[in-house]
Amino acid sequence: MLLCCGVLTAKSVSVYLRVHMKNLVRCYSFILVLGLSAAMFVPTRHALADGFSGSSAASTEPTQAQSVTSDLAPGSAQLINAEHLVNILRSHEGEKPLILNVGPHLIYMQAHIPGSEYIGPSSDAQGIGSLRRRVKLLPRNTYIVLYCGCCPWSHCPNVRPAYNELHKEGFSNVKVLYIADNFGTDWVDKGYPTIRGQ
Amino acid sequence: MRKPVLIVVAIVLAFAIYKLSRRGSGPAKPGSPPAAVHSVAPDFLLQDLNGQPLGLANYRGKVVLLDFWATWCMPCRGEIPHFVEFQDKYRDQGFQVVGISMDDGPKPVREFYQEFKMNYPVALGNEKVAEAYGGVLGLPVTFLIGRDGRVAAKYVGEVQMPTLERGIESLLQAK
Repeated sequence: MLLCCGVLTAKSVSVYLRVHMKNLVRCYSFILVLGLSAAMFVPTRHALADGFSGSSAASTEPTQAQSVTSDLAPGSAQLINAEHLVNILRSHEGEKPLILNVGPHLIYMQAHIPGSEYIGPSSDAQGIGSLRRRVKLLPRNTYIVLYCGCCPWSHCPNVRPAYNELHKEGFSNVKVLYIADNFGTDWVDKGYPTIRGQ
Repeated sequence: MRKPVLIVVAIVLAFAIYKLSRRGSGPAKPGSPPAAVHSVAPDFLLQDLNGQPLGLANYRGKVVLLDFWATWCMPCRGEIPHFVEFQDKYRDQGFQVVGISMDDGPKPVREFYQEFKMNYPVALGNEKVAEAYGGVLGLPVTFLIGRDGRVAAKYVGEVQMPTLERGIESLLQAK
């Protein structure tokens, strides 16, 4: 009796599977194709897009007391490293800095940090003038990150004058992005987010 | 019925893996395909400081040192007197230095050209040329291009002059 029931059950399952298998294969294939298509064609969302406002002027207290020295030696308190900046920008919490590019235009046009604003090289009076105009109306405790990356850190002609200018203007929460060699090697090649153009 | 469906799924899967693997390489690095070593150096057409056309094609058959530089770049300023010397020393053997300045305007470049007594053509660069050479996202960047028009070496940052000179001599000797 039991054997008979077992055989009948197995046969029923077999018939059921034969009938429905094609539909199951079609159904799973459809879901797979749909999912993969979505993965392929949905544009990559920029990692820094979330909650990042490049022109944020929200004020907070400076995180570290900044010295008046302007040599910006590697490891000094005025510097922020690339990984740290990326983490800040990706985070959904905390204050986002206003990021100002004080380097050459041709490099900025090829690649720059998303949300950063182009100011121009601070090695000349025109660039310093642009920087001064941009920050004129900002609260003096605005969180600002300056960066260039045109050439090796010790040779960069732009970051120090820019930092000195903001310091002179009374900004107390300014960091400079430490780029050891150049923006290509120390940011783009490391896979940190970039965009191009204006 | 099942077989065609599986074939379609396999094709889509292969395509998806290809696309996703490309996406996973991070943000697009400007300039693709870059002027990699052994690849043909991309041609360009710019105007030199005198308004004359300056293209790489003009120097086919010569060994070319292509220098991306700028007046504000201190390592570049250190290299240029050596390039002037190389231009004089190896000119007769079929050597040519070409400078592409990444300055934002011609004025400082003209002044620099005079001051440093540069003896080779210089043009103002643009995004297009920079990207053709893999993106110039820091200076200096120097390319050595052989007589066959292929990139023989790429130096990012200040190049050691003895190394560079050995490279030039080696390319000049190659037929």
